[in-house]
Amino acid sequence: MSGTDLPVLLPAAQQLAERTRREREVGGPIPRLQARHGVWLAVILVFSAGAAGAQAGAEQESVLSIMLKWTPLLLKGFVFNLAISFLAMAGGTIVGALLGIWQISLLPPVRAGSWLVTQFFRNAPWLVLLFFCMFLLPFQVQIFGYVIPLPDWIKATFGLALPVMANVSEIVRGAIQSIPSGQWESSESLAFNRRQTLWQIIMPQCIKRMLPPWMNLYAILTMATVLASVVGVSEVMTLTGQVLSAEGGRTDLLVPFYSYILLWFFIYCYPIARWTVRLERHFAVKT
Amino acid sequence: MTATQAWTTDQPIVRIADVYQAFGAVEVLMGVSLNVMKGEVICIIGPSGSGKSTLLRCINALVPINKGSIQVEGQEVHDPKLDKLELRKKVGMVFQQYNLFPHKTAVQNVMMAPITVLKQDKTEVEARAYALLKKVRLEGKEHSYPGELSGGQQQRVAIARSLAMNPDVMLFDEVTAALDPETVKEVLVTIRELAEEGMTCLLVTHEMGFAREVADHMYFTDRGVIVEHGSPKEFFANPKDPRTKEFLGQIL
Repeated sequence: MSGTDLPVLLPAAQQLAERTRREREVGGPIPRLQARHGVWLAVILVFSAGAAGAQAGAEQESVLSIMLKWTPLLLKGFVFNLAISFLAMAGGTIVGALLGIWQISLLPPVRAGSWLVTQFFRNAPWLVLLFFCMFLLPFQVQIFGYVIPLPDWIKATFGLALPVMANVSEIVRGAIQSIPSGQWESSESLAFNRRQTLWQIIMPQCIKRMLPPWMNLYAILTMATVLASVVGVSEVMTLTGQVLSAEGGRTDLLVPFYSYILLWFFIYCYPIARWTVRLERHFAVKT
Repeated sequence: MTATQAWTTDQPIVRIADVYQAFGAVEVLMGVSLNVMKGEVICIIGPSGSGKSTLLRCINALVPINKGSIQVEGQEVHDPKLDKLELRKKVGMVFQQYNLFPHKTAVQNVMMAPITVLKQDKTEVEARAYALLKKVRLEGKEHSYPGELSGGQQQRVAIARSLAMNPDVMLFDEVTAALDPETVKEVLVTIRELAEEGMTCLLVTHEMGFAREVADHMYFTDRGVIVEHGSPKEFFANPKDPRTKEFLGQIL
């Protein structure tokens, strides 16, 4: 056998190279969701539920009926997670886009300040930021004489919007800087001012480039919304814990319920991940 | 020297006087002087890195200069108080890489600047854009995107786009260098027609045949200085400087 001095098997090395190349194009880690993961989740769910059912006696409810009984409540919690993800993504995207544009400002203080904010929130653990917001944000604010209460979930949404803002800022800055300098030169020589150049010529070309990494970020954010359970928000993880204790703390229900929730997240995030890969491939051909 | 002198057509429309330019420590232009009268066609030739493209970019203030002066229609280009945008409305530039806006159609590319910058009426601009595209022989391609056009067609759209602003001076930076030989001709014909209509043109080019036929004056630059200049007949028949002779010997 002709020797190879690779320390790893060649197929594994090729897969790694291919994945790195795709992640570089998308601009971040791609959730490595495959259809077979979903299949495995379903298998685990079915087997664990079966095992739990086998352990239970005849007088106890079947696992399936327990899960179905609690599904409406847990679904409400899951929808709450999705709502948090939408709000955090919307807020983070708007402020992050501004921050990204400020990073290429001609004024040094604006550039430096927005760079600092971006780097700080990008490199801070999301859970730490969440705790920060839970304990530092007031429980109500007064604006123009109106008192607005800030419930926990709003603080958690704000806390999750912060890393989104920083990542969107980098996505936007990266997209703007990837536009060839010839575009800036030709629009300047046509007497466009900087604002016109940015908004009419550069940004429209950036939208396409920003879409794959932005969608990638959304998938990551959705999965991160369960962090809110750590800070006490009543979303799907918290509810699942409460449901399990309501069922008497049966340890044989743990795996079925948590794999059930995992399956929901999978069903939501898998199409997004696949669509991201398709978008990335679609745009890669054009450029 | 005042920033705006009353300029008359008997004075050079572009006056470049003893210009020095450096990117950091790298000196690109070292004492370049050049005068262009209105309606003249000037061709600048020279080896890569001799500063030709930088010289063009200094004329419409895309690149700042360190020393010396450049005046367009009597206006000092590198006067800090000068509104660069006003200057760029008078000086059009066409690039080697076309640099069309890929997200707009050909006619939209041509229309964008007059509408956005000059704030002209849309219907007028649209009519003029169609006329310009017809002039550069691109009738029927008005609604194509740059990605659907060939290199030569894109370059002609770029020329039409610059002409839409009604400039007084047109700068061409090696506009045929990225094209294959068949399409070079269609672009050169367009530029020649422009020159015959009386547009002041400064071309950086490698097309010696074109330069010989169309130019009023030739300049040869090497390593940041103008080595030699003259009328095309003299320049090509009797180059005086050895560097010029060597360069022409390699090209012709």
